[in-house]
Amino acid sequence: MGPVDYIPRIRDNYARLGYKTYNWVVNADTPPWAPLRKPLSQCRLGVAASGGIYVAGQVAFHYKDDTSFREIPTDVDTKELRATHFAYDLSDARTDPNVVFPIDTLRRLVREGFLGGLASRFHTFMGGIYSSRRVSEDLAPRLTARFLEDGVDAVLLVPV
Amino acid sequence: MGLVARHAETAGIPTLCMTSARDITRAVNPPRAAFLDFPLGHTTGKPHEPDLQRRILVEALSSFETMTSPGSMKELPFRWSEDEEWKAKAFAEGDDRVPRHDTPQYQSGEDRRRAEEGGSPSCPVCRS
Repeated sequence: MGPVDYIPRIRDNYARLGYKTYNWVVNADTPPWAPLRKPLSQCRLGVAASGGIYVAGQVAFHYKDDTSFREIPTDVDTKELRATHFAYDLSDARTDPNVVFPIDTLRRLVREGFLGGLASRFHTFMGGIYSSRRVSEDLAPRLTARFLEDGVDAVLLVPV
Repeated sequence: MGLVARHAETAGIPTLCMTSARDITRAVNPPRAAFLDFPLGHTTGKPHEPDLQRRILVEALSSFETMTSPGSMKELPFRWSEDEEWKAKAFAEGDDRVPRHDTPQYQSGEDRRRAEEGGSPSCPVCRS
């Protein structure tokens, strides 16, 4: 069976909930490209994930156009991670956050020498922001500024 | 997420987007993507299967060293299950979208208590 097409299904769900039509971003141009400058085994990796992960003690995300993000220290105790989201079944993420926020996996890949290291913090947010302009003009620049501050050589992005 | 990828890449930072929604990612067309054909909410693996999670990320992250063309998407060689029964539900229902609230949605009341005691609005780590 081929992959699930989500665009028509989500469009129908929104219509059923009485929301205005969501305009999916379609980019027909060639994307920008920054080549990796050194082997992965020497790279410091940053992560941004939109699965709604936060650390117990932090203010949780809300579900309506939340453009805030949380910083997650990469030495966090995995047991302190929480998940909240409006768009997916949270039951697995709440027992093993690595399904949407691969913190233990990446720490292991550093121990094994596959990666050079991790940024001292990762970033999480909610996604599902209705206005793509708010993502392009607000959230994306703030996250990029964090990546630059953190001196990462590459960034892994994990949506849900 | 593709918009974040494009922004970071324009600033000179190489990115890789994981995805389990191939049509959405194809539409936004990020510089590099790795497609995992799993149910939503499992973009980097199955729960409590650390070896599988590791293999998924090794396959995906290798794209940083192997992809040479902007807009590439690697199809990762993993299946959720033999029968792919999960797709019947996804085809019928899409995702599990619930109505939007504009107040924090805590996993538990205990989280709420801890955040309200320690997480002042000015705390830079609590919210940004």
